[in-house]
Amino acid sequence: MFDREASVRQMATRATVPPTAPPRAGFVARRTRFAVKSVGLVLGLAGVVVIALLSLRIGSLDLTTETAWNAIVNFDPNSYEQTVVRSLRLPRTIVALAIGGALAVAGATMQAVTRNPLADPFILGVSSGASFAIVTVVYYAGLSSPHQYIWFAFAGALGASALVFAVGAAGSGGPTPIKLALAGVVISAALGAWTSALLLLDDETLDTVRFWLAGSVVNRDMATFWFVSPFLVGGSLLCLLLGHQLNVLNLGEDTAKALGMRTEPVRIVSSVIVVLITGAAVAVAGPIGFVGLAVPHMMRAVVGVDYRWLLPYSLVYGAIFLTAADIVGRVVTRPAELQAGIVTAFVGVPFLVYLARRRGLAE
Amino acid sequence: MSTIELDPGRRSGFRTIRSPYYAFRLNVRVIALSMVALGALALLAIWAISLGSYQMDYLDVLRAIAGRGSEDQLFVVRTIRLPRTICAVMIGAALAMSGAIFQGLVRNPLVSPDIIGINSGASLVAVVWIIYGLNGNLLPVAAFIGAIVTATIIYLLAWKQGIAPGRLILVGIGVGAAVSAATQFVTIRFPVEIVRPATVWIMGSVYATSWNDVIVITLSLTGLSIAAVVLARSLRVLQLGDDLGRGLGLSLERTRLSLIVVGCGLSAVAVAIAGPIGFVALMIPHMARILAGPVSGTGILFTGILGGCFLLGADVIANHFLPVTLPVGVVTAAVGAPYFLFLLYRSRLGVS
Repeated sequence: MFDREASVRQMATRATVPPTAPPRAGFVARRTRFAVKSVGLVLGLAGVVVIALLSLRIGSLDLTTETAWNAIVNFDPNSYEQTVVRSLRLPRTIVALAIGGALAVAGATMQAVTRNPLADPFILGVSSGASFAIVTVVYYAGLSSPHQYIWFAFAGALGASALVFAVGAAGSGGPTPIKLALAGVVISAALGAWTSALLLLDDETLDTVRFWLAGSVVNRDMATFWFVSPFLVGGSLLCLLLGHQLNVLNLGEDTAKALGMRTEPVRIVSSVIVVLITGAAVAVAGPIGFVGLAVPHMMRAVVGVDYRWLLPYSLVYGAIFLTAADIVGRVVTRPAELQAGIVTAFVGVPFLVYLARRRGLAE
Repeated sequence: MSTIELDPGRRSGFRTIRSPYYAFRLNVRVIALSMVALGALALLAIWAISLGSYQMDYLDVLRAIAGRGSEDQLFVVRTIRLPRTICAVMIGAALAMSGAIFQGLVRNPLVSPDIIGINSGASLVAVVWIIYGLNGNLLPVAAFIGAIVTATIIYLLAWKQGIAPGRLILVGIGVGAAVSAATQFVTIRFPVEIVRPATVWIMGSVYATSWNDVIVITLSLTGLSIAAVVLARSLRVLQLGDDLGRGLGLSLERTRLSLIVVGCGLSAVAVAIAGPIGFVALMIPHMARILAGPVSGTGILFTGILGGCFLLGADVIANHFLPVTLPVGVVTAAVGAPYFLFLLYRSRLGVS
């Protein structure tokens, strides 16, 4: 106990003492870094526009860039190609951008709150809680309107995450990354078994739901999307405001308290946001995994661990990531399509393996 | 030396059997436990066969198994219920023994072929096999290749100057997720009529198993369980640690390799016939260890018998005691997930 307190004190000192460089040089360096990081963010925004245009342009139906452009700015309802762009590709692009950004922010936030590099709504079972709840109420209560089942998605996400954290944090050693990941995987497996059992009872449901269960942004019901978009967008923006608090929280519970932060409200608010984002994303696109794991880790390599930067970067590049995954899914198995959730799993798994091999996580 | 009693087994219920070339100890308590479990298994099996929409009493069941009774009874028992019961028992045994081997290898109760993705590898190959309608007799071989390849990938990715259980689990979760995504991709590409058998199969069930399946699993299970019992001795030495194992003259890598092959074989044969039924391989070895102590040849057999009892019981529940008939995998998940979470609660995994 004594050692622990001593080390906390040491950490707290380390956190509050400013770097020893001369003030003037530090200021210049910081301003340069600020400029560089801002440029990166602006580049990301430009990337969002580019990837959105690519997403309108690429697909099983070949068309020219001009057609894609005209479909947006100068729509001609008689053109078949422009109608495809407008009614199929535009919605999926919007969905991919919004969900990709929101999931990446949710992943980064979870990583800060749990101080666990493996945190991701999919790995920690939050997504499967939401999909379990949706399939159950759709099957048993016959709810078909998203206005009704979205609340159950939130409840399922909340229940699953509470269970995962209760199990992961209980017992000796507290919530280690492996215990949380295992609890998430096992709860997902159990809920998944139930979800598929319900689907087996009914062919029609199986046919409609199997695409959704793989995590896909195609043919999403836009009414559902607009209904849940406040949760996605509002949740992400709220998270961006929490950057400073998450920085402090990431130092550890004790240090954060020592620095005078009330950790409980931050924890609760950010967890609720994560649950809302995940529930909303699952209701629209099904459980898309690994966006929340891969994107924040890539961004950490670029902008470092400061959450005030990491969160906006995750938002912007998460949107690019999921849209790119969707485009890749359209291209690799033409004319069939690979669901975005499958692509993100293939891209995300190497990150998980890399993190597992990193020193200090699993030893 | 002969005056000093050096056999510690004598004290704790072991019997030592010696021949000029080979000597081994038998744990009398575990053998007694196995006998009790076998008896329970037989009773459970007779009860399981008597249940169903065609009512039979226990004597009729026994008579029908022996080949006497009305034509209806013979048909129901010998064509439908008996193969299913035998398959459930054998599959439970195969899964449980496979779990015992993997848990023993990594010395961690949370490692099992379903958690670390080996079953997913077997099922990916099997789903492709089923959907493309390839030769059903070779399905176990194909599933075995899938399991071995997955196990090799996981082992190589988790290797970093040795295998740490935590790293193996995380890498296994990752590889399992990628393989499941691939399976999902396969099941989505085809129309629902073709995919349906594969989806039922993915849930893990012993519906409609035939005598053909019984022959396949009996032959492979016999071979593999003999191998497992023989290897149990080396497994126990391996558990003492690499240095001590090497000091005792064990060829470490060859032993590990043969254990992995046998473990994958057991898991693959079960998966090939019944689909990836979860949690049996995880929970039964742990229960068996509580009852029968650390790994031993007889202990592995006991684990198998316990696994057979468990899966048969789960199948009875899935088939007769729920409002709707469900695949047995749903029942094992419902029982196994809380058990696993309890294990996790008690473990000290990742605590440095």
